[in-house]
Amino acid sequence: MKTLIISIKIFLFFTILTGILYPLFITGIAQIAFPEKANGSLIVTNNKVVGSELIGQDFDSIIYFSSRPSAVAYNPLPSGGSNYGMTNAKLKELVSERKKQFINYNQLDSITVIPSEMLFASGSGLDPHISVQAALLQVNRIAKARNFNNNQKQKLLQSIKINTEKPEYFLFGQERVNVFLLNLEVDKIK
Amino acid sequence: MTTSDVIQILIFIALIIGLTPILGNYMNKVFSGSKHFMLPVLGGLEKLCYKFIKVNLTEETNWKKYAVGLLMFNFFGFVFLFMIQMFQANLPLNPEKLPNISWHSAFNTAVSFMTNTNWQGYAGETTMSYFVQMLGLTVQNFVSAATGIAVILAVTRGISRKSTDKIGNFWVDLSRSTIYVLLPLSILLSIVFVGQGVVQNFKSYETVHTLKGVEQVLPMGPAASQVAIKQLGTNGGGFFNANSAHPFENPTPFTNFLQILAIFLIPAALTYTYGKMLGSVRQGWIIFSAMFILFLAGLCISLYSEYSGNPVFGNLSHMEGKEVRFGVAGSVLFSVVTTDASCGAVNSMHDSFSPLAGMISMINMMLGEIIFGGVGAGLYGMVVFIILTVFIAGLMVGRTPEYMGKKIGAFEVQMAIIANLVTSFAILVFTAWASVSSYGLSSLNNAGPHGFSEILYAFTSAAGNNGSAFAGLNANTIFYNLSLGIVMLIGRFGVIIPVLAIAGSLAKKNITPSSIGTFRTDNWLFIGLLIGVILIVGGLTYFPAISLGPVIEHLLMNRGIIF
Repeated sequence: MKTLIISIKIFLFFTILTGILYPLFITGIAQIAFPEKANGSLIVTNNKVVGSELIGQDFDSIIYFSSRPSAVAYNPLPSGGSNYGMTNAKLKELVSERKKQFINYNQLDSITVIPSEMLFASGSGLDPHISVQAALLQVNRIAKARNFNNNQKQKLLQSIKINTEKPEYFLFGQERVNVFLLNLEVDKIK
Repeated sequence: MTTSDVIQILIFIALIIGLTPILGNYMNKVFSGSKHFMLPVLGGLEKLCYKFIKVNLTEETNWKKYAVGLLMFNFFGFVFLFMIQMFQANLPLNPEKLPNISWHSAFNTAVSFMTNTNWQGYAGETTMSYFVQMLGLTVQNFVSAATGIAVILAVTRGISRKSTDKIGNFWVDLSRSTIYVLLPLSILLSIVFVGQGVVQNFKSYETVHTLKGVEQVLPMGPAASQVAIKQLGTNGGGFFNANSAHPFENPTPFTNFLQILAIFLIPAALTYTYGKMLGSVRQGWIIFSAMFILFLAGLCISLYSEYSGNPVFGNLSHMEGKEVRFGVAGSVLFSVVTTDASCGAVNSMHDSFSPLAGMISMINMMLGEIIFGGVGAGLYGMVVFIILTVFIAGLMVGRTPEYMGKKIGAFEVQMAIIANLVTSFAILVFTAWASVSSYGLSSLNNAGPHGFSEILYAFTSAAGNNGSAFAGLNANTIFYNLSLGIVMLIGRFGVIIPVLAIAGSLAKKNITPSSIGTFRTDNWLFIGLLIGVILIVGGLTYFPAISLGPVIEHLLMNRGIIF
């Protein structure tokens, strides 16, 4: 009986401490120290929230750089991957379809090596990044669709360079391009 | 693999080795009640706790009372978590008006978080209110981890004490683990996480208008505070469905590195604490080494498998289910660490890994989650294997088995065998059942041997209290919610109770001074024997099942056969 009461009481104690006070404390610090990040790293243009810097978007438009394939079509409710195994025939089919599609869409040589992140879907379905190589392969198509002259095309290449994220602290991760930020930049090219 | 991948792995290894004595020493001070630097800051909280529950901290109990306290405390945790899920629609902090959760899913989740498994049959962002995430799940993340630490403390006392039946005070162990270890580390880590982009707020979901001109609804919530403890407490239950693959849960390569580090941090340091409390730091490092070797072996096989080409996809690097910011190496390291320790958080979809990398994840769990393992749980699982090792070694050379001066008798060996067998029994029997029933098979996402692997992985993960998944399996059905729930209970308490019994029995024994005839447990020979016993006793049981799943899939894949 004594043990029973103690277990209820200590459970109550830790529920208040770790379930209420701790998250509130962290929220307080987060909202004071990093308000933008704590609220989703949102990006506002012309007084409209156009997305989060961290969350990928679907860009199946000829004037934009494409994101990776996504098992949830970039709908975050809920996030997730395809969970296809490597011996799944559906995956094999999807990959060869995506390969063909990427080559036709960007009018590439049929022997071009496509970076694998453009052929495989991400785990979250919301991956905001692609490799630099994958961005470069799309430049001609976008320049053509936007009727860019040579000067503008140079700016396009420049914007890829600017938006290339280097390994964090020189150590963690690989070079990558945030597609959403890049496309925001592309819209600004006059 | 690039140079930076290799460097990242080396830094990880160096940090784990370097931090083990630092944190291990600190935890030794905390748990033995001596002075330490957090005492002036958090000491008041501990005193307040004892005052509130009216417990005398010097009052210790025998193993049975310790176990009863532990079970009751966990039972209330379960009931509370179950109830708030059943009624979340009527509770506050539910800006998305999420409905009540079905009874079987609520049962599964409540068991899952209470047992430190954090298997998730639900998708966080479309199922759980902030109220349940905070007051239910975050709390269990803390206390289930603290429960694991409490058990290993009881075991350590059982080994180091003599002629007593007292193995400690569960409430004190629970409080100290939570207040001095888990809480400060979680605060530190969650603040770093927010600084990198993990969300932490109570807002309703944000609707954004994308560049393409469609609406995208971004989930919000108090994620950072939960993500920190889910890594540190080897819990693994994601705030969002994609777990640590989700950009709001694991936004950068740096958070990814910290999350991997956080998984191993406490379990590795506990080996040092254990050695220190037994008066032999060397003994702690011996266990650390055995764990470390197994970790390294798994990592190498997984990396090799993920970086090898195959006839199905050629030399493409396998990015299915992986994020660009982590890359293949950052995903593989995470997958090996999370299944070594019974964490179960994932930053990539294990279901889409190459067959052998998926196999390593399974084997890591099947060995009993002892490669660093869950906080506390990994080490007491290892003690079970140590008892079996000295017993087997004793049989081979005809000596009475001994460990740290304690004679290992029939009772200890029986208990060790029970702890070992219940999990294998649960995994194999339930996998077999699911594999031949229509309700088991209808949840599959993949065909052929990989489909079998999905089932095998699910029950292995549940029994090992890991919680990661071959997530293609639709586990939110009555059959899987209930069967996996039962397996999680067996895997948790079917081990904890025999282990506490061992602690109680060892505490009563006298310590025989070591002599020339003593079988030594502090040299490389012992490490070799221990690893051998782990692989043979722990691993061989699963050989047929592994053959039917990942092994055959690997062989077929290499001949280009797909399903």
